[in-house]
Amino acid sequence: MSGKVITVTSGKGGVGKTTVTANLATALAMRGRKVVALDADIGLRNLDIVLGLENRIVYDLVDVVEGRCRLRQAMIKDKRHQELYLIPAAQTRDKSAVSPSDMVLVCNELRQEMDYIIIDSPAGIERGFRNAIAATDHVLIVTNPEVSAVRDADRIIGLIEAEEKGPACLIVNRVKPAMVSRGEMLSIEDIIDILAIQLVGVIPEDEHILIGSNQGTPVAMNGSNGASASQAFRNIAGRLEGEDVPFMELKAKISFLDRLSSLFN
Amino acid sequence: MGKAMSWVDRLLGREEKSGATAKKRLQMVLIHDRSDVSPGVLAQIKDEIIQVFVKHLDINPEDVVVNVDQDERESRLVAEVPLMALHANGRR
Repeated sequence: MSGKVITVTSGKGGVGKTTVTANLATALAMRGRKVVALDADIGLRNLDIVLGLENRIVYDLVDVVEGRCRLRQAMIKDKRHQELYLIPAAQTRDKSAVSPSDMVLVCNELRQEMDYIIIDSPAGIERGFRNAIAATDHVLIVTNPEVSAVRDADRIIGLIEAEEKGPACLIVNRVKPAMVSRGEMLSIEDIIDILAIQLVGVIPEDEHILIGSNQGTPVAMNGSNGASASQAFRNIAGRLEGEDVPFMELKAKISFLDRLSSLFN
Repeated sequence: MGKAMSWVDRLLGREEKSGATAKKRLQMVLIHDRSDVSPGVLAQIKDEIIQVFVKHLDINPEDVVVNVDQDERESRLVAEVPLMALHANGRR
């Protein structure tokens, strides 16, 4: 077996990389795949708490790299799924504790057993980012419909191309359909026009995503609550597996009163 | 929106929405980000290109247009020099 390494990155912080990683790993595991989610954000560990596995950490990525434990020992099993594991980042070390060649070694070992290795990249374009893309087969760039996030995404796309790790695909997170309808937010078409890369997912702004993080239960596991956000993540999982999943309609209906007030205010 | 717009403009959809403004601003800034050429240097390049044309051809500098074209993720500098003006002058 030879698993696929997918890196989730963004350039800008706070656009939802960790949330996307947790939900994508969950959605792929729900499809019966063997998945390991790897937190490459050394020193700022977060994937554990979003996945609800923060109380079960014994060893972390740096322990593996420095030979204090075997790889298997650092893999925390998410008991809610058949085959979902987390390799947490070290919290008390910095990015220099892991090198790109360490990442290649770790990922090559994981490829033997897993279908997917999903890496949560730190923000920025320095060492942590280099580590996160060292072994990657496929890069997913997360952005928000904001000028700052789109600009940083463009920078990352350029770096990925320069490193010959492309072509990267795009996930647009925190889309507010009502604002797009009013013309007060970059639309998906605008963003694709600007960045000129392939779109693989659109996640609507939905409070159930935050509620899921609060509870350590990724929204992708939900049925009825936050259904469209949940579906959006499961759709990305399908597309990553080669399915031709149509993008959801996220058009908000603008009421007559809204239109009238925006006309006259 | 800070700009004062008459309700007639709104009714006719003349007001530029912030989403469209964001797109235009991003497209401009990314030209410089991608090519690592600052707006000042680009303006200087344009001026110098125009000077070369003016030096060798009998044309009006104001007819020369130098723009950055975007094609997917490639940017290219495109100079448009209307040679018709040269013919017109030559015949005189």
